[in-house]
Amino acid sequence: MATTLRTPRTTSTTRTTRTTGRGGRRFSGALMAAPALILFGLFGLVPLVGVVALGFARWDGLGSIGWSGAANWSSVLTDGATWQALWLTVKVMVISWLVQTPLALALGVFQAPHGRLRSLFAVLWFLPLLLSAVAIGLTWQALLDPSFGIGATPGLHWLARPLLGSPDLALYTVIFVIAWQFVPFHALLYQAGIRQIPTELYEAAAIDGAGPATRFLRITLPQLKYTMVTSSTLMLVGSLTYFDLIFVLSGGTGGPGTATRVLPLAMYITGFQSHDMGRASAVATLLVAFGLGLSLLTTRLSGFTRMDSQQEGL
Amino acid sequence: MRGFRNIRARRVIASAVTVAAAFGLAACGTSGPSTTTSAKGLTMWALNDQTILKESVDAYNKDHPDEKITLQLYANDDYKQKLRVAFGANQAPDIFFSWGGGALDDYVKAGKVDALTAAQVKTDRFTPSVMQSATFGGKVYGVPANGLAPVVLYYNKKVLKSAGVEPPKTYDELMTAVGKLKGDGVIPLSLAANSKWPTLMYLEYLLDRTGGTQAFSKIASGDATAWTDPTVTKANQYLQDLAKAGAFGNNASSVNYDQGASTALLYTGKAGMEVMGTWEYANLVKAAPDFVKKDLGYVAFPALTGGAGNAKSIVGNPSNFLSLNASSGHKSAALTYLKDYVLDDSQVDAYLAAGSVPPVNGLESKLAATKSSDKAWLTFVYELVQNSPSFQLSWDQALPSDQADPLLTNVDKSFLRQIKPEQFGANMSKAGS
Repeated sequence: MATTLRTPRTTSTTRTTRTTGRGGRRFSGALMAAPALILFGLFGLVPLVGVVALGFARWDGLGSIGWSGAANWSSVLTDGATWQALWLTVKVMVISWLVQTPLALALGVFQAPHGRLRSLFAVLWFLPLLLSAVAIGLTWQALLDPSFGIGATPGLHWLARPLLGSPDLALYTVIFVIAWQFVPFHALLYQAGIRQIPTELYEAAAIDGAGPATRFLRITLPQLKYTMVTSSTLMLVGSLTYFDLIFVLSGGTGGPGTATRVLPLAMYITGFQSHDMGRASAVATLLVAFGLGLSLLTTRLSGFTRMDSQQEGL
Repeated sequence: MRGFRNIRARRVIASAVTVAAAFGLAACGTSGPSTTTSAKGLTMWALNDQTILKESVDAYNKDHPDEKITLQLYANDDYKQKLRVAFGANQAPDIFFSWGGGALDDYVKAGKVDALTAAQVKTDRFTPSVMQSATFGGKVYGVPANGLAPVVLYYNKKVLKSAGVEPPKTYDELMTAVGKLKGDGVIPLSLAANSKWPTLMYLEYLLDRTGGTQAFSKIASGDATAWTDPTVTKANQYLQDLAKAGAFGNNASSVNYDQGASTALLYTGKAGMEVMGTWEYANLVKAAPDFVKKDLGYVAFPALTGGAGNAKSIVGNPSNFLSLNASSGHKSAALTYLKDYVLDDSQVDAYLAAGSVPPVNGLESKLAATKSSDKAWLTFVYELVQNSPSFQLSWDQALPSDQADPLLTNVDKSFLRQIKPEQFGANMSKAGS
């Protein structure tokens, strides 16, 4: 009885401390988020507002800014080049996802168990991630040169073709180089994801007689759901704004012709080569809206926002 | 000049560009040194391959320790963008380097550049056809700062000989040479089409030969309908004929000029000829000095039988120019530098020694006296310019900067035969109006 009587008292004291604790946590939470919020506001939101406003103005980067109403928007939206660039961007996005996800998953599965050889491999294919996109671009441009590049090696003459120069092949070559750069990063995500899966699950499955394939399909894949959502969101939104590697690989022009002129590159060329900042801002706004919608959609569709535990009952 | 572009610069660009690309997303930082003019000295911007120009600044600084020039050198590729942004932010240097033409005119129209009088900077010492590129509304806005850069036809003597080809003097001879060289298993004309502007050089010459200088000067004066002139279509037809005949090999669209591959194709004997600016000579001397001594040949771009143009006309970059920022606080010092140190006697000698001909009048005696191994080359370039009735600035520099990208894109599409010859003019007249 004494214990039962005492129990509510303890609970109530705990409750009071908890309440004050919660208030304090709320305060310190805001305090801790403040630096990030201030930085995001200054370098994220303020420029964003500026860009949206500039989308309705005429500015060549030199003279004074004049309002032009919706002129930029109507010219951007009626220009076939914008839609072609958007289509190329979507192509890069979707094909990149299709190429990178299986590769990254396979590498992640391979890397996950501990072992000296595996660590060595992990270091090796992690290397591209440490290089800057510009270095990667210049290296691949030299490698893919049909006369003096990799195609000049005996046995590899079938590579001596205009991989970056043919309007039909250039985009796929670019997608390949992007994958070369980013697969290691996503493999690392998957590796970490796999290492977090409790071994009990595998042990139990093994006792029940599940083979490696079944274990992969029934345990690894479902457990990696949120890793996959994270990786896919980064991949999709990342390729939406992807710019530097394509810029370097195409000699800064999005060529041959306009075969690799994705929307961010079109924006750069409009803004900084043709000096039409208003129009470039309209394109930028389009990109922001598209990117925001895309990341909202992926998280919503995948149930990422609900943050359900996958380890209930363990 | 367009020669050298390096990785460091690309990094700077890439980071600057990421800021632009990320616009709305979190982005931070700009690049490059700050360029606020200090009270004591003045700043000057140029390209990082301008080592001889740097000597003139050193000479000036030695004589004027109280008001020194701080020279900042940048890589080619995004120098123009950098300068533009600096002017927009009122952080531009006192003296800046440019190509003249439409881009400089943009600054002139915005009131950012001071006109220079003949007395202030002694303009009469320079080649008149060169000064045209920095003259707007009858006033001079820049002083030539380095060598003449017309576009010429280089060839590999050994390759041409083994194919039994003479250096072509006319377009028809060029087509015959293309056939023979192709039969001999080499690329007839080395072209870095991936960079787009090397392809433009062909179109510039072909239009000049077809329609004469007035064909483009009409366009440059702002008449966008002049793009639809039949001669523009004809010039594109000639370019496409060359491409169709296999003049550029199968891989030209993959060759990037910055990688040096188009230069290498010529001196390794994998290609017979190359059309390029005179800066290519310095690149060749650096990469393959033995080739330059033994096997390098050069002629003017071929004539076109039946064309309205003068075969002696040339296109290219007349020179680079130094201009004076209108809001500079050191104008008299800047004028002293421009007048007495830019292309002075020692600078002229230094350029000649480096195989480059500065746009200065009366060089005959100097050229005759030189013992340089480049004497034949220097004389060739000097006479080419002196004898030319017109020196057309590259179109991408001559036109207002908002037309440069549509121009290069359409040139590339015409070269790739993605558009018909007549579509080129139609597209450009739309872009220019």
